[in-house]
Amino acid sequence: MSASDTQDAQTDASHGHHPTPREYVNIAIMLAILTALEVSTYFVDFGSIAIPLLVILMVIKFVMVVSFFMHLKFDSKLFGRMLYGGLFLALLLYAATLVILFFERAPVV
Amino acid sequence: MAADVQATTLGLDHRKLAMWTFLGSEFLFFGAFVSAYLLYITTTAGGPGVEIFDIPFTSISSFVLLMSSLTMVLAHNSHARGDLRRMRLWILATAGQGAVFLGGQVYEFTTFYNEGLNLTQSPFASSFFVLTGFHGLHVFVGILMLLSLYALSLTGKVKANQDVKTEMIGLYWHFVDIIWVVIFTVVYLIPEIAVG
Amino acid sequence: MSTATDAKALRPASDKGLLSWLGTTDHKRIGVMYFFTTLVFFTLGGTESGLIRAQLVQAEQNLLTEEIYNQVFTMHGITMVFLVVMPLSAAFFNYLIPLMIGARDVAFPRLNAFSYWVYLFGGIFLYSSFLLGGAPNGSWVGYAPLASDSVSNMGFYAIGIQILGISSLAAAVNFIVTILNMRAPGMTFMRMPVFIWMSLVTNFLLLFAIPVIAVALFMLQFDTLFGAQFFQPGSGGDPILYQHLFWLFGHPEVYIMILPAMGIVSEILPVGAKKPLFGYAAVVFAGAAIGFIGFGVWAHHMFTSAVGPVARSAFALSTMFIAVPTGIKIFNWVFTMWGGKLKFTTPMLFSIGFVSMFTIGGLSGVTHAIVPHNAQQHDTYYVVAHFHYVLFGGALFGLIAGIYFWFPKVTGRMMSEKLGKVHFWTWLLGFNLTFGPMHMSGLLGQPRRTAVLPGELGSTVELYNLLSTAGVVVLTGSALVFLYNLLTSIKRGEDAGLDPWDARTLEWLTSSPPKHHNFDKIPTVTHRDEFWHRKYAEDESGVPIAVPAGASEDHAGEDDADEHIHMPDNSLWPFIMCLAFFPLGYGLLFVNPWLLGLGLVWLVVGYFGWIVEPLAEGDDDDVPDELHDRPMTGAPTH
Repeated sequence: MSASDTQDAQTDASHGHHPTPREYVNIAIMLAILTALEVSTYFVDFGSIAIPLLVILMVIKFVMVVSFFMHLKFDSKLFGRMLYGGLFLALLLYAATLVILFFERAPVV
Repeated sequence: MAADVQATTLGLDHRKLAMWTFLGSEFLFFGAFVSAYLLYITTTAGGPGVEIFDIPFTSISSFVLLMSSLTMVLAHNSHARGDLRRMRLWILATAGQGAVFLGGQVYEFTTFYNEGLNLTQSPFASSFFVLTGFHGLHVFVGILMLLSLYALSLTGKVKANQDVKTEMIGLYWHFVDIIWVVIFTVVYLIPEIAVG
Repeated sequence: MSTATDAKALRPASDKGLLSWLGTTDHKRIGVMYFFTTLVFFTLGGTESGLIRAQLVQAEQNLLTEEIYNQVFTMHGITMVFLVVMPLSAAFFNYLIPLMIGARDVAFPRLNAFSYWVYLFGGIFLYSSFLLGGAPNGSWVGYAPLASDSVSNMGFYAIGIQILGISSLAAAVNFIVTILNMRAPGMTFMRMPVFIWMSLVTNFLLLFAIPVIAVALFMLQFDTLFGAQFFQPGSGGDPILYQHLFWLFGHPEVYIMILPAMGIVSEILPVGAKKPLFGYAAVVFAGAAIGFIGFGVWAHHMFTSAVGPVARSAFALSTMFIAVPTGIKIFNWVFTMWGGKLKFTTPMLFSIGFVSMFTIGGLSGVTHAIVPHNAQQHDTYYVVAHFHYVLFGGALFGLIAGIYFWFPKVTGRMMSEKLGKVHFWTWLLGFNLTFGPMHMSGLLGQPRRTAVLPGELGSTVELYNLLSTAGVVVLTGSALVFLYNLLTSIKRGEDAGLDPWDARTLEWLTSSPPKHHNFDKIPTVTHRDEFWHRKYAEDESGVPIAVPAGASEDHAGEDDADEHIHMPDNSLWPFIMCLAFFPLGYGLLFVNPWLLGLGLVWLVVGYFGWIVEPLAEGDDDDVPDELHDRPMTGAPTH
């Protein structure tokens, strides 16, 4: 972080655009459709693309809720850094931990 | 309100900054439980495994929780426009949906228990119950906060120009929701395909 | 506002007597309370270390039973880490952060009080274990499945540390917001004092590390109290998972303990050398780098556990790499002193002691990174020597330097320099006498956490142990000198004046002790080391010359002071709410639903008391020029 950060945060802190209730409902409908698609993988056999598809859908839903319902898209960048900083740190640390743990459990060939 | 925020170094509200900071740390909290669950996903000690999940049922309660985010954001939207009456309505709707979700979780836990899956059964069972249980606890705390917001807006403690209070609780509520978005996929759907 | 007068009567306002301390929200008072509480726990932890050394003074001695010995060394570790070093740093955070950044209080004053009370009650809860069936005896790491066996009494550990974690997490959020959002006008990130930078990094480490240990402890609690199977190998549970979770927290924790001391020393050395800190930016970035890399080295505590060769190699590399930013800092401190007009005051002596002792500890740390070497040293006294050199020779020396340095700020009086020097030299001697020989006895094979020193290790090891015990005797005498000096100087110390050290940072701009509202007028910052630049200008060749007298003082007169200074009111609710942690803790421990229910109801009632409490100056959002927001504290802590 640097001195320019202060300036940066100050300018984008002003809430520019707020979605209307109509837009919120549209987003919720999209979320509902994505959820329906997720659940369909349980009933329909998607084969090998099922798991990648589920992961992508999860990420899209996550980002949509965070960006619109939590206003992150219209709010200070610092908030996003706090949230995603925690998220990526968690992903990194726990992925490494799981890799180590699974590696140790794997049978020796 | 605006003048207040201008007085801070970054031009941000203290409370919002604190909430986002706290939420960032919550990923580390849930991440550890999810990791334990993934580690133990097949460690069932002869008891039931992921095949016990009732995906259609969980889908419905997941959907309810997802839609509670919509009512929450509408509550904030009403508050921001100074419409406390409508805000209270949406707050109650949100808390109600949270309660439905919790009820679903209680039902799910009871069913699993009757089918032989309990906390002490296996590492898989422990990690499943504790992970979803702590998520449920977060929902419960959220409901408490929503109800106190409702009550305080009636007594005049929360005023029409203080929409940052609704926004704060909203941030927490949406966060609990996105954690469930992840849990629904990682704990229920993918294992059901990959393992079950 | 018409409610303002009613509200005044509804919230405690007195500034004298017990209630004023129980209800205080003043960051300075909370800092002082933190300080004295750590002194008490330091005495307890020190007594425990005395018992350990008395037991090990010669081979095959049975002064303490194994049972008692295990409790004593476990409580010594827990006390020194969680109840002394961390909260002593928190005492400095509390007292200094608002003063150094030119603020009137922290962002959430009541949450700050909450943090203190949770810490105090968590400490009392942990120590109550001695009266309730025995203290935890599974060591401060609490490895499962030993720790989930009821014989180890680790229920107290799992719940007690959890409570302390709540305190740290709340404080971390509070200080991060304070530092980011409450700096005086003109104080950009690169003008912040290094102590503030290190506090910021430390609190981010706390923020991200505490949730991990929270999970590990919750799992341990469920295993211990409710029969869950997280770490039970019998049903396929993996004890290594606990080790990972513990050290994912445990290694950042090491930096949580050392970084505040590094910040303190980075403030004192430039003052003592009359030079600006050498390479400010490098020190700051090295501190941030230590914070980042500190999350990526945890498995080096587990080289002898099942982590596999790839992980061993990777973590050996990252561990060696973290020595680089640490080394950068050490060189910067040395170059700060190089060519300076050094004045060997007590804080300066302790700072130099910090740099040298910490370097020794850091070097023995690098030897742990070498995996085959590590296998030899693991769980021997060599490790004990290493971490005492970083935590005692490092963190504690730095923190003591800070006590001497800011004592005149807090009390307006000086501590005796003569006794201070006696304290320093005996402390340095006693410290090295205690922990130096442990390097040798460890390499000769003396195991840690063993109640009886085995005779077959030979007379050389016995001699080293005798020396260590002699060192503890010296340290005890030295600590008594320090306590005497501290307690007598509060009332009878020499008058310190406004600027006893010729200091550089904002906290010296105001009176000593500072007024309740810290500054009459919030200073506008134009330089790094703002206070120094108000006192000295530079001639053409860069030599500092003093500017006319009076320019350095906070000379805001009646007409110059800020109008409408709103200070936070006192509040008893944090104290009342925190009492709920007793029924909650014991309710969990003894699996008593009634106590647990009482605790929950108490907590919720306290929470409502807190949020509906009237605000004397009206509501936050109604006061346009107020700098200090009221905490809404919707954030739950777990």
